[in-house]
Amino acid sequence: MAEPLPPKERVKIPRQAMPEQDADARARNFDEVNLGLEVVAAQCEAQRCLTCADPKCVKGCPVGVKVRDFVELVLAGDFLGAASKIREDNVLPAVTGRVCPQENQCEGACIMGKRFDSLAIGNLERFVADYERESGQVALPQRAPLTGKKVAIVGSGPAGLSCAGDLCLRGHDVTVFEALHEIGGVLLYGIPEFRLPKDIVRQEIDNMRAMGIEFQTNVVVGKTVTIDELMQEEGFDAVFVATGAGLPRFLDIPGEHLGGVYSANEFLTRVNLMKAYDSSHYDSPIYQCRDRHVAVIGGGNTAMDSVRSAMRLGAAKASIIYRRSMEEMPARQEEVHHAQDEGVQFLDLHNPVEFIGDEQGILKSVRLVKMALGEPDESGRRRPVAIEGSEIEMPLDVAIVAVGTGANPLVQSTTPDMKTNRWGYIQADEESLRTSKVGVFAGGDIVSGAATVILAMGAGRTAASSIDDYLQTGVWETDPAAAES
Amino acid sequence: MFPIVEARFLAPDVKLFRIQAPRIARKRRAGQFVIIRIDQHGERIPLTIADSDRDGNITIIVQGVGKTTRWLNTLESGDSIRDVVGPLGEPSEVESFGTVVVIGGGVGTAIAYPTAVAMKQAGNRVISIIGARDRERLILQDAMQQTSDELHVMTDDGSAGTQGFVTDALDQMIQSGVVVDRVLAIGPVPMMRAVSAVTKPRQIPTIVSLNPIMVDGTGMCGGCRVLVGGRARFACVDGPEFDAHEVDFDVLMKRNNLYRDQEAEALREFNKHPSESV
Ligand SMILES: Cc1cc2nc3c(=O)[nH]c(=O)nc-3n(C[C@H](O)[C@H](O)[C@H](O)COP(=O)(O)OP(=O)(O)OC[C@H]3O[C@@H](n4cnc5c(N)ncnc54)[C@H](O)[C@@H]3O)c2cc1C
Ligand SMILES: Cc1cc2nc3c(=O)[nH]c(=O)nc-3n(C[C@H](O)[C@H](O)[C@H](O)COP(=O)(O)OP(=O)(O)OC[C@H]3O[C@@H](n4cnc5c(N)ncnc54)[C@H](O)[C@@H]3O)c2cc1C
Ligand code: SF4
Ligand code: SF4
Ligand code: FES
Repeated sequence: MAEPLPPKERVKIPRQAMPEQDADARARNFDEVNLGLEVVAAQCEAQRCLTCADPKCVKGCPVGVKVRDFVELVLAGDFLGAASKIREDNVLPAVTGRVCPQENQCEGACIMGKRFDSLAIGNLERFVADYERESGQVALPQRAPLTGKKVAIVGSGPAGLSCAGDLCLRGHDVTVFEALHEIGGVLLYGIPEFRLPKDIVRQEIDNMRAMGIEFQTNVVVGKTVTIDELMQEEGFDAVFVATGAGLPRFLDIPGEHLGGVYSANEFLTRVNLMKAYDSSHYDSPIYQCRDRHVAVIGGGNTAMDSVRSAMRLGAAKASIIYRRSMEEMPARQEEVHHAQDEGVQFLDLHNPVEFIGDEQGILKSVRLVKMALGEPDESGRRRPVAIEGSEIEMPLDVAIVAVGTGANPLVQSTTPDMKTNRWGYIQADEESLRTSKVGVFAGGDIVSGAATVILAMGAGRTAASSIDDYLQTGVWETDPAAAES
Repeated sequence: MFPIVEARFLAPDVKLFRIQAPRIARKRRAGQFVIIRIDQHGERIPLTIADSDRDGNITIIVQGVGKTTRWLNTLESGDSIRDVVGPLGEPSEVESFGTVVVIGGGVGTAIAYPTAVAMKQAGNRVISIIGARDRERLILQDAMQQTSDELHVMTDDGSAGTQGFVTDALDQMIQSGVVVDRVLAIGPVPMMRAVSAVTKPRQIPTIVSLNPIMVDGTGMCGGCRVLVGGRARFACVDGPEFDAHEVDFDVLMKRNNLYRDQEAEALREFNKHPSESV
């Protein structure tokens, strides 16, 4: 075990770098980019923590992971203990350690970050979770005595999974319904293998199965079965809707129907879920990217994942076209840096106005207009405005549109007594995540709009605890009859 | 896993399957489809639900055109399909319209059949026109006969029914004074386009069932987008049936050609060892 150092000494230790695959090599393969900290580096990093009396890191984490306490356990060499400590608040630490935008959350709040580099909390979280998984000693928590109550979870993304996990522990009988043929939501079909290996997601799901959760794939709620049928005919006592924000937005400009123009959802689904990158073993095709120019429109995580996937499919040139400036890009910093190292080109302050095709209806070029930053908008970012007369035409073979997603209406439109807001997202009480329909709760991206993995997981936990209350008391507080009695 | 309980050829390369899928069988309505994936390496492809029964089975009728459909057509009763999801898409709009002409070209007849049945049950006078290249490739003739007040059979070579295209029969019918209140046309894109060209100048409401390339079938990928009335619509959730007079068939045809080289290569590989994929 490493000896604790006095604070003055701790801040002198440099932040331990995450070892990664060489940029040139990884830009052409789908293996994970980050290799993970070794034990020595992890303990060295843990040594940097100031073990603050008022740990701001914990407040910065949307689910309140006890960062200081788990980091102390890392320093003490009790890695499995550290893992259990994280699991008290976060059921998918191997995932969040990899994909949380830590710079805006735990690490952004870390006190050390005020004067020095913040503690590498995400990397430590990942280290601990990987250690636990590789040790084969994942301690499945004890399940409470069975209650005989049945809960249906709609959607198997992080919100659905964390809700299912908590409810199962409390002894309820949980079934997860998923529209696709595999479990995991965006973790599976959106975030690529090189950032989040699918085996990790799969193993977590196997653990949940072992705990007693039932998973039913190929069930599109709203089509195969409605929420009313689940409750009235199949005997579910409560339902949690966690269907994500999966409806792709397009730019609504001419030429968007051309061959070679993809939504990021389709492109990433073909690559990740259908494994089009491994065409000798899987049948789903993907439009040829090899030796071609691929451009992705957008600046979020989805855009970075798309452009880096295109690079790995052999693109001669892979670019990001973004209408604001580099500083405003919403993607995780690490992804932007990784993309830059891998040779992705960034064309900021540009916006497409038209896709141009050939006789066969195949994309040939894109017309772009230059943008300037005007006054700040509702999001606080400066609003991009087109500069008149600045249009240029750029040859292009594949365009991937990654400008955000909206609410898929399938569940809402078949559940008319569940209220939605004007953008089609489900309305749920902020604290309890109850919807306007008795027995039905909702959370994750389908309530908040596209957000993050950890926020979705947090919503899943919140929902689990209010579903548990409801199942135990039978009281539905927004129900006037219940409120009166 | 979804067990196949019956499998038989209706014509060369056209095979009928009954598959156990109780949830889907219970819910499905005319015009809806499923997406299937044969095994974990397979592609997801859409297929119309031709029928369902009280024992929880659905019927699909598959024309072998490329790797996945030909592979599917090697399966037999007792085999299973890994993934079957549905019922997807909006059901056909079925009302009492008056006289409805149902046109099926090739395997399109199988897709049109359930809606023809529903139209008949809704009290319409149903006139069906079915077409195929030749007698061997004609499918569901008896079934269509039973559900229609009148049936016209057209073949390219005249080996059954009348020689000519389905549009010839339609054109003639309209010219002879039959008042047509609605047309439903399902088949290859050029056929649907030709039918639309016949009915548009006469302002006869015409519905076509579009067959763009799909992946998820739930509105998540946008790959199935078609241009209808100048707007992008997702065929898997907004369709697959649309107003023929508003559809941009040209865009549909071009988009369906997108993976032509890869599809041809996949089929070549499959034909080398058809049994190994199973
Ligand atoms: C490409 C990409 C990269 C991202 N990168 C990051 C990142 O690095 N860090 C981060 O924190 N966040 C990231 N995000 C955002 C994050 O993934 C989401 O905020 C999070 O997954 C939302 O979780 P959820 O459970 O609400 O929904 P989802 O993960 O979207 O899961 C919803 C599930 O419900 C299923 N479903 C939908 N409708 C139905 C229905 N009718 N019946 C049955 N099932 C249905 C869907 O198929 C899906 O599996 C990324 C998102 C994308 C798209
Ligand atoms: C709503 C709908 C209902 C359909 N119903 C039937 C039916 O009842 N019976 C039937 O035989 N066929 C039906 N089809 C067509 C069927 O889906 C295609 O023939 C099948 O996908 C071809 O796959 P393949 O691998 O055998 O051929 P490929 O060689 O891969 O493709 C041949 C052609 O099929 C189309 N196609 C390819 N992949 C897809 C895909 N993933 N989704 C949609 N189209 C694709 C393309 O136009 C392509 O050029 C339907 C299509 C749609 C959209
Ligand atoms: S869950 Fe995310 S935000 Fe919370 S401590 Fe872990 S990495 Fe940080
Ligand atoms: S705020 Fe930073 S230094 Fe303080 S306990 Fe948290 S991680 Fe350690
Ligand atoms: S098939 Fe993906 S949106 Fe229609």
